[in-house]
Formats: sequence, C-alpha cells, structure tokens
Amino acid sequence: MTKSKSDPTDGTPFEAVIGLEAHVQLKTRSKMFCGCENRFGAEPNTLVCPVCLGHPGSLPVVNRQAMEWAARVGLACGCEIARFTKFDRKNYYYPDLPKGYQISQYDLPICNGGEVEVHFANDSGVVRRKIGLVRIHLEEDAGKNIHAEARPESWVDLNRAGVPLLEIVSKPDMHTPEEAGAYLRMLRLIMLYLGVSDCNMEEGTLRCDVNISVRPRGSTHLETRTEIKNLNSFTHVENALQHEITRQMKIKARGEKIVQQTLLFDPEKGETRVMRGKEEAHDYRYFPEPDLAPWIFSEEWIESLRKSLPEMPAVRLQRFQGALGLSPYHADVLVRDVVMAEFFEEALETYDKAQSVANWVTNVVREESNARGISAKEIGISPARLAGLVRAIDEGKVSNQKARDVFKAMLGNTRAVAEVIGELGLEQISDDSFIRNAVKEVIGKHPGPVEDVKKGKENSINFLVGQVMRQSKGKANPGIVLKLVKEELGV
Amino acid sequence: MTTREASIIEIRDSLLAGRTKAVEVIHEALRQIRAVDPQLRATSQIFQEEALARAEELDMKLKKGEEPGLLAGVPFTVKDNICTRTGTTTAASKIIPTFRAPYDATVVLKLLAAGAIPIAKTNMDEFGMGSSTENSATVGPTRNPWRTTHVPGGSSGGAAALAAATRGMLHLGSDTGGSIRQPASYCGVTGIKPSYGRVSRYGLLAFASSLDQIGVLQSSARECAAALSVIAGRDPMDSTSASRAVPHYLGELERDVRGLRLGIPTEYFPDAIDAEVRARVQEGIDVFRRLGVETREVSLPHTRYANPTYVLISAAEASSNLARYDGVHYGHRARNPQGLVELYARSRAEGFGAEVKRRIMVGTFVLSAGYHEAFYNKACKVRKLIRQDFESAFKEVDAIVCPTSPVTAFPIGAKIDDPLKLYAVDILTVPANLATVPGISFPCGLTSEKLPVGLQIYGRPFEDHTVLRLAHAFQMTTKFHLAAPPVYAGS
Ligand SMILES: [Zn+2]
Repeated sequence: MTKSKSDPTDGTPFEAVIGLEAHVQLKTRSKMFCGCENRFGAEPNTLVCPVCLGHPGSLPVVNRQAMEWAARVGLACGCEIARFTKFDRKNYYYPDLPKGYQISQYDLPICNGGEVEVHFANDSGVVRRKIGLVRIHLEEDAGKNIHAEARPESWVDLNRAGVPLLEIVSKPDMHTPEEAGAYLRMLRLIMLYLGVSDCNMEEGTLRCDVNISVRPRGSTHLETRTEIKNLNSFTHVENALQHEITRQMKIKARGEKIVQQTLLFDPEKGETRVMRGKEEAHDYRYFPEPDLAPWIFSEEWIESLRKSLPEMPAVRLQRFQGALGLSPYHADVLVRDVVMAEFFEEALETYDKAQSVANWVTNVVREESNARGISAKEIGISPARLAGLVRAIDEGKVSNQKARDVFKAMLGNTRAVAEVIGELGLEQISDDSFIRNAVKEVIGKHPGPVEDVKKGKENSINFLVGQVMRQSKGKANPGIVLKLVKEELGV
Repeated sequence: MTTREASIIEIRDSLLAGRTKAVEVIHEALRQIRAVDPQLRATSQIFQEEALARAEELDMKLKKGEEPGLLAGVPFTVKDNICTRTGTTTAASKIIPTFRAPYDATVVLKLLAAGAIPIAKTNMDEFGMGSSTENSATVGPTRNPWRTTHVPGGSSGGAAALAAATRGMLHLGSDTGGSIRQPASYCGVTGIKPSYGRVSRYGLLAFASSLDQIGVLQSSARECAAALSVIAGRDPMDSTSASRAVPHYLGELERDVRGLRLGIPTEYFPDAIDAEVRARVQEGIDVFRRLGVETREVSLPHTRYANPTYVLISAAEASSNLARYDGVHYGHRARNPQGLVELYARSRAEGFGAEVKRRIMVGTFVLSAGYHEAFYNKACKVRKLIRQDFESAFKEVDAIVCPTSPVTAFPIGAKIDDPLKLYAVDILTVPANLATVPGISFPCGLTSEKLPVGLQIYGRPFEDHTVLRLAHAFQMTTKFHLAAPPVYAGS
C-alpha cells in the first residue's frame, strides 16, 4: 500500500506507532451515579444534586442504562464482556472533581479486547484495517473549570460532573495520522449506530488522548512514547499527530532520545507544549470503590443485548457493496450518515434499483439536507415518494435533469410523482415515432452538420441531438433521440 | 442505686391513651439533657424549638385521630456525623464547622416517618476517629456519667453518655471499629452495630465505607430492637444496603434462647484483659448457661491480625473519603493561598485534627505505588481470612461471646498521646466490622471502682435478631442494664 501524502514518515526510515484513548460521553437520561438530568448547555450548576456535588454523606448508585450501553458498545466491537466487573476510586485533587476522587474502573473493566474495522480512501483506493482494542471501561466525567479572563478567579460548573464516560483504549495499532483519524471517525459512527452518544467534539462528548512513538521501519519494538491530552476535534488529532511524529523523527535523526512526557496541543500555533514529565506522573492510588457492590452480568442478559444489536457500519458497508451492488463511494457515503442510510433503505422498499436510489439519495437528498442543515428525514419528502421519482426517471417518464425540478416541487407535500410531473409539464417523451419525426425534421434543416457526422465528426451528433431536444422543449428522452439520430444517419 | 426502665416503646401507647402529650415528652427530654449536659458535654447542638414544633404538630395529628408511627413522640439524638437538615453536621471537625446538609440521612427520614422527633446532635471523636471522644475539635471531650474524670469511650461517646444519663430517648451512633459498642460498654448501656448493609449509610459522613455502620445506643436490647425495626432495610440510595427482608425484631426477642449454641473464642481472652473485666464477663457467660444456652470453645485463629488489618483498611478508605474536604467545595478554606496546591495543603492542615491527619497520612501511604501490594492488598487478603474464621465458627455455634473491651473507661488524657495504646482498645470490636457481622454490647456488671463492664455478642451476618434475643434474655434475668450512673437525670 502506498502511503498517502499526510504521512510524515513517508520517504523516511521511520514508522510511527499510535494508540488512542477516546472518551465518549453517553447520552443516558440521567447521570452515572445519581438521578440528575444528563444534558449539555444548561445554566451552570443547575443539573446537580448532593451525589454529583460530592456532598458529605452522599452515596453513588450505578446507572443500569449506562452499564447496558457500555456492554452494547463492547459487543459491537467484538469485546469480551466481563461477567464480573467493579468500580474503583482514582484519587487526585482538582477543583472540577468535588469528591477528590473519580469513580472509574481499574483492573476489571466492563469490556476487554475487541477491534474496530476502519476503512478510508487513499491513493491506492479504499483501505480496510482492523484496529485492536485493549479495553473499554466506564467512569464518571468531571466538572468544568471556567477561568476568568481579566481577574485571577476561577469558577466550577458541575453540570458535567458525574456524566457517564466511556473510555475506549486502542492498541498501538495505528501508523499514520490518517489511520488514527479514520479510527476515531469509525468509533464515532459506531456510537451513532448504537444511539448511545452524539460524539460531538465541539460539545466535548467525544474527546481524545493520543500516544505516539517513532521507531525504525521494520522494528517491532515499542519505544519511548509521549502522550498528547485533550484533543477535541478530528482535525486537531491529525494535526497534533503530524506535528508530534515530525518532532520525534527529528530528535531521533539527531541520535537523541525521546523524553517520556505528557503534552498539550495548541491548535492555533500547531505546536505541542509540555504539561508534565514522567516524574510528575500522578499516583492515583486506585482501590475498589467500597460504596458500590461489584456488578454481575448474567449470560442471559449479555445474550439479549447481543441479539438486540443493530447492524454495525462495517457490516452494512459490506452489504451495500455486496448484496446491493453499490459502488464503494456510494456505499461509504451512505454508511457514514445513519439517517441517510435509513432513508435509503426505506426507499428501496418501494423501488429496489439500489444504485439508482443511492445516486439520488447521496446527491440530491444530501445536498438538500446539507443546504438546510437538517437530516434527510426532515427535508419534506418520504423515502417512498423519492423512490417513486427515481423509478419515473429509470422508466423514462422524466429526464434526470428535469427530475430535480420535480423533486423541489414534491418537498413539503404528499402529492404523487406522476401528478407533479404532469402539472409541471415535464413528462418525458419516449414515443419512438414522435421522436423519429422530430429527428427527420432536424436532419432536413441542418445539412452541414449531417455531412460532418458522416465525415466522422462526433461533436456534430451532439449538435443534432441538442436541436431535437430543443424542438421537443426538453421533453424528448435524450437516450432515444441519440439512438434515432444514429439510425437515421446510418452511423 | 437508682434504676431505670426501658421506655421508648411505651411512649406511643402513652400518647394514644392520652396519658401524656408529645410536647410533654419533648419537654422532659430537654429537661434531662439540660440537667446533665453541663457536666458531660455530650451534645453539640440541641434543637429545642424545632423539636417542640414537631411535637405540637404530632399532638395535632393525634387529636385528629391519625394513626401514629411506631416511634411516635420518641425524642432522638443524632451523632454529629449523620446529616440532618436541622442544624449543622460537623463530624466534630473544624474543617466543616458550619456545614448544613441539604438533606436528611435515610435513618433520620425513617425515624421522622415513624413519628420520632430529633432533639439534639451528639458529640464524637472527629470523623469517628478515636475511642474516647477526646478528639472532638468542636465540643471538646465528653465525660463519662459513671465518673466524670473518665472518658465515655468513642467515637459515639456523646450518644453513649446521654443514653446512660437519661431515659426515654433513642440515640443514633455509628460504628466503624467499635464506635458504638465500646462506648456502650464504658457507659453501661446497650449498643448494637447491625450487620453491614442492614441499615442505610446514606447521609453518614464516611470514615471507612466498607466498615461503617449506623446503629443505636439504648438502655436495653428491647429498645435497640424497636429502634432497629424502624431504621433497618434496603435503601435505594445506598447500593451496599441489603434487600433481604427485615425480621420482626421485637417478636424475635420473645423466643426462648434454650438450646442456642454460644461460642467462646479463646483468642478473645488474652492476658492483656483486665482481671475484673474477665471476671464479670465469665459471670455473664454463666448467666447464659443458666438460661439453657450451650457454650463451647471456638477458635478464630486470625484474630491477632484484626487490629493491624483494621488500621490499614480504615485509614486507606478514610484518606479517600476525606479528600472532598479540600477548601474548594467544602470545608475550611485557608486565607490568601499562593496557588492551588497551597490552598489544598493549608486548608487541610488547618482544618483537620491531629488524629485525622495521622490516619489520612497512613491511608495515603498504604495506597501508594510501591506499598499498595504490601499493605493495602495484604490487609484485604487478611480481612478475607478473618471473615472465613467467623464463617467456620458459625457452622458450630449460633453466636459468639467475648468482652467488648479489654479495659473499662480510662481517665481523660491517659492514652491520648499514645495512638497505639488507644488503638489497642479496639481489638475485640474491630473483627465485627471486618467480617460484616452484627455485634451488640450490653452491661454485665461493675468493677470494684464502679465502672461498667460490657459483654459482647457476635452473630451471623443478618442475624441481628439473634444477638438481640440473647442480650434480651440476659436482661430479663439480670438488672445490670437498669443501674443508673451517678450523673443521671431520669426520674
Ligand atoms: Zn446529581
């Protein structure tokens, strides 16, 4: 496989080794250990109670939905689900952590192993790769510190404190920023398919730490790595990796050693700065959370969760390309948008020419929903009516070009395709005898171009077809026009 | 010698029969407390107005013919580490001298629902750390009503002193390593630490979550049974509370004890036990023999490791539980700190007392990387062995009998400078907390110096009714529990 341009190790004797720790906020109705509403964007400190404020005497209670969702994510990624799992306390001081410890999981996470299949396009076409997972565990999110600009003051908003947070730790299986980006995008897609998180990086519902080391190509040794914390956009992840891989290669090229450090990425400057060194690493003094009993998953429960899993993106991609015969491009575009893919599949129930429907959904429907900033389901045409329009095109009842006007006219109402086409006067004429007459008339009027065609000038055929289309006010089926022009001229 | 009769159970009947009014009951309780408190310093706050208001409300309800709860009109005191909406909850610490809980602990809610009326908060060792109530940073030492130069034991020393010096009230305490039973023993009252999980901990300021349990200190086992029947049971707010059905404790008391098998563990009668304590306890065991209870020797071979195990586990959990008192969200905040680290360090250094700091440091140390395995993990393993000791013993016997404390109440100031001596006072009580079994202490006589000696009975987990039943049978044939101390306000 040829390396894409975004790979800074391209053409060097080095290979990068990248691992990701993704933090995904689950959109459960309530928080991880209390009944407070789990919602983004509320007034500071309004979604709080004694438990998530860490009030003296308060105790946590596990959110069953969060446990179930974490297990679902694990099952979707092929992880081993722990039959016996527990929570631990991670002890450290920070103003956004009201209890002075975070309830997390240390040695018995909910999910172990597993993998995420990613696919991305590069110079050599679509690349598929499986990225291994180490573990997935559940913990509570911290609050948010807000620092005053002008005054030496800080505030803490604890609305986010106690929101269920899934930590997904990958193996160091990635080698390029592009792969890392593709992995993170696929993780997001999996969460969207499962409906467990919005994975909105701007709202912080998906955050990411990356581990990077660089080694001589061909080596299997894991070398000293650095960690970049709190990356909050896909672009930042890729840019930070580009920067850090390049920095490490330069150091290694000089024969110097990489220092194990935790770094922060400044997206404005495109640089990293040191957050803390190895010697300042925290000792979190983990120990089992005594306020919570261990959690037992029964075989039956795991099986029922497994059975209730929806089709996951990698499987859907294969089905769209295989059974439905879509082009890799169309399959990919559809799979990346859950709502659009559903729209597409519903449309197929009315009209099963998959590629034709896919063309329209990924093109016109997508443009419309993007332009209006709404989902495919909200643009005002049902999948069945769209399917009817595509069928009308395929059956030659309306030209592909005019069909866009029909589409616009169908938005926001429930009128049938045929009715709209008729009203707009856009029926396509596919009647051979009618078109043949028009063709004969045009040939009689333009002896020059006819001669050119006979001499082998292809362009002149297009001219003659254009003339026929003009005469029919655009309603003649262009395919039939072309066929008849060629027949009449004997070419 | 003045004697006293158990009475909280009769209050409801007196109210119903119109023999007295709730307001009169509260006035009498306030009179008693005010009569002894200047000498004993047993309370931290008295809720005169609130209690009288509640009593008036109750009298109105009774007038209207409403059915009163099981403990209607019973005045109750709350150890100062249990949250009450009324007044402050300080755990006798200067780190939260003005903390007003926004909620009532579950035990308080249950008592309120049963018609009981909170009347005062009682003094204690800071955060429950101590065995003498000398470590109270807010009130100062509480004194023993049997001899006011002596300690009442601790940490529920305020509750124990009041239970001994008054009558007709319910006293909530908490027990992490003997904090109910040891002061009950020193003050000549009956105190039960229920099975772990039997009573909700929600609203109890945590010292060591896996050991803490709320219980009561009363004049008799029968009063304890009445109190426990109200406060026991599953609480959805406390995941460690047990869902098994609550037995009918008062009914269970009446069952004959003949034929029950009582184990005498050799390890609980070491040479260090005071000779008079040993004698009273042996006489107490003879009482059981006369009642037809079978006695036999049992062995709990890991007993000698119980105290160090307790010290390590309780300190480890405390170091984490007390992290929230950091000057940012709760508690005392140092003035003009230079930066965040100094804010934490100075706030905690200024706010916590010496014993609390000692245990936080021990706990932080035993959880630290490099020491975790040798100390904390080892202690957890030994804890399992101690629990297994009990499981084996309880295959042969129905309950275990031993002294509550190796010594009787000691003079104020005698041991405070030597933490190891003070910790040794707990050696016979900590195993119950480590093994999560119920334990009760009740008086079995006085020494020649007129200081009470406590007899302790352990039962199988969730057989709180068995230890209550044995203690009740004992109290039906003896009068030790009726003896009133020199400082006594009951009429
Ligand atoms: Zn909350």
